[in-house]
Amino acid sequence: MTSIVIIGGGMAAARAIINLRANNYDGAITMVTEEAALPYDRPPLSKASILDENTPEPILLIDDSIVTSLKAQVIRGVAAISIDRSKKSVALANGQSVNYTKLLLATGAKPRRLTCQGGERALTLRDYKDTIELRHRFQPGQKIVVIGGGFIGLELASSANKLGCTVTLVEAQPRILMRGVPEAIATIVHDRHVAAGVNILVGIGLKSISATAVLLNDGREILADTVIAGIGASPEITLASEAGLELNNGVACNENLQTSDPHIYAAGDCCSFLHQTYGKRIRLEAWRSAQEQAATAAENMLGGSKVHTNLPWFWSDQYDLSLQIAGMPDMGPITVSRKPSSDSLVLFHLTIEHKLIGVSAIGIGNAIGREVKLTEMLMAKNMHPSAEQLADPTVQLKALLKG
Amino acid sequence: MTSWIEACTTDDIDAEDVMRFDHAGRTFAIYRSPDNKFYATDGLCTHEKIHLCDGLVMDNTIECPKHNGRFDYTNGKAMGAPACINLKTYAVKVDGGKVLIDIAS
Repeated sequence: MTSIVIIGGGMAAARAIINLRANNYDGAITMVTEEAALPYDRPPLSKASILDENTPEPILLIDDSIVTSLKAQVIRGVAAISIDRSKKSVALANGQSVNYTKLLLATGAKPRRLTCQGGERALTLRDYKDTIELRHRFQPGQKIVVIGGGFIGLELASSANKLGCTVTLVEAQPRILMRGVPEAIATIVHDRHVAAGVNILVGIGLKSISATAVLLNDGREILADTVIAGIGASPEITLASEAGLELNNGVACNENLQTSDPHIYAAGDCCSFLHQTYGKRIRLEAWRSAQEQAATAAENMLGGSKVHTNLPWFWSDQYDLSLQIAGMPDMGPITVSRKPSSDSLVLFHLTIEHKLIGVSAIGIGNAIGREVKLTEMLMAKNMHPSAEQLADPTVQLKALLKG
Repeated sequence: MTSWIEACTTDDIDAEDVMRFDHAGRTFAIYRSPDNKFYATDGLCTHEKIHLCDGLVMDNTIECPKHNGRFDYTNGKAMGAPACINLKTYAVKVDGGKVLIDIAS
């Protein structure tokens, strides 16, 4: 009897179960997750789940009836503690073990912690219970200090601001969204936060955190009822490391999402893989990527040889603004700007050979969704319109796609 | 019982495109297919209630601008995650350049 074991309980784990059955796999599936809940959707945790008037329940990606209909065994609230690759067995914290024919690591990532004095006082956001804690703290008039001007930090600053908190955001880099977001778009986000009343301090480090305040490197002290660290996440690789799997900014996988052990695959935030289109290893912490990687891993665990070439894509919502990024903006030193409307901006990123390699866009509501999607389709088809065409909002991207 | 409401004129929508139509507190999406037929569905994605009018129409599909859920707008069928619930569709007729939808259908 074949047995596929999935370690992890997030998006990649849930989608792997669904995709294994969609590929007509009829052997055993066992999912092991440390969390008490079935896999749930994480993007709302920094936004709607905090802002909703009533305490929200986790939005389940697969509920009990789906688990039953897919004939999956879900072991919840139990950690996997080690992998015995020679016996092809996973040991669990409750003393049991599960044998596998193929194993999927979907262990996710964990928030980085601050290392300054008092850094342990800072809260982080990863799971549903973190959101519930933040809901309690985001009361009108509360002083909230967010450390880190990345997406989690900015989304939490936006949510806290909307709930009437006094919010200060501290970023050590010279500007917010330094990693992966062009300055022109980061400026729009920055200005929107400032207009809403968030105090943003950039280019300044932390000295320490006390019970009542954050002390900055320049001696300033900012009073804080709650401090939150949004300084990125590290891939959860403990099991893979102890099992002797190859690591490289995550669990190192080939282009098929297979680890250095041919019976073990990885998907989601913990997985770094060779992306053939870009000719380099990447690791993505993104909702859609987790789903797509789970689909590829599921197919390949069943004997397929699918090469994972899906384009990176993600979004962030802050106030009335929505931002989307697709492809690899960092690999495109040439930027072409397009203004589809007065309150939206699309930046195309081109290589020095003028090949389209990424897109970054921001606008009110979902104004830029269509442009980003069409750009993704252009990139997927390896089409490279001229900079003049891309910059001209009267040239329809759809027309370029249909060439 | 039918209840035909004028949603727009045929000139309001390009071929292979979509527009929003609000009526009596409800929101709809009206589509013009590449072969110039008109269709109507509920205006909000069944996944997270996003307006589909900002989405991308390609052939017979509408893709939500937020999380890429896709539907066949000619029959409302959800075409894969994260869209799992079908879109409600409405009967459409074209009468003298006017596009009418049966909001009771």
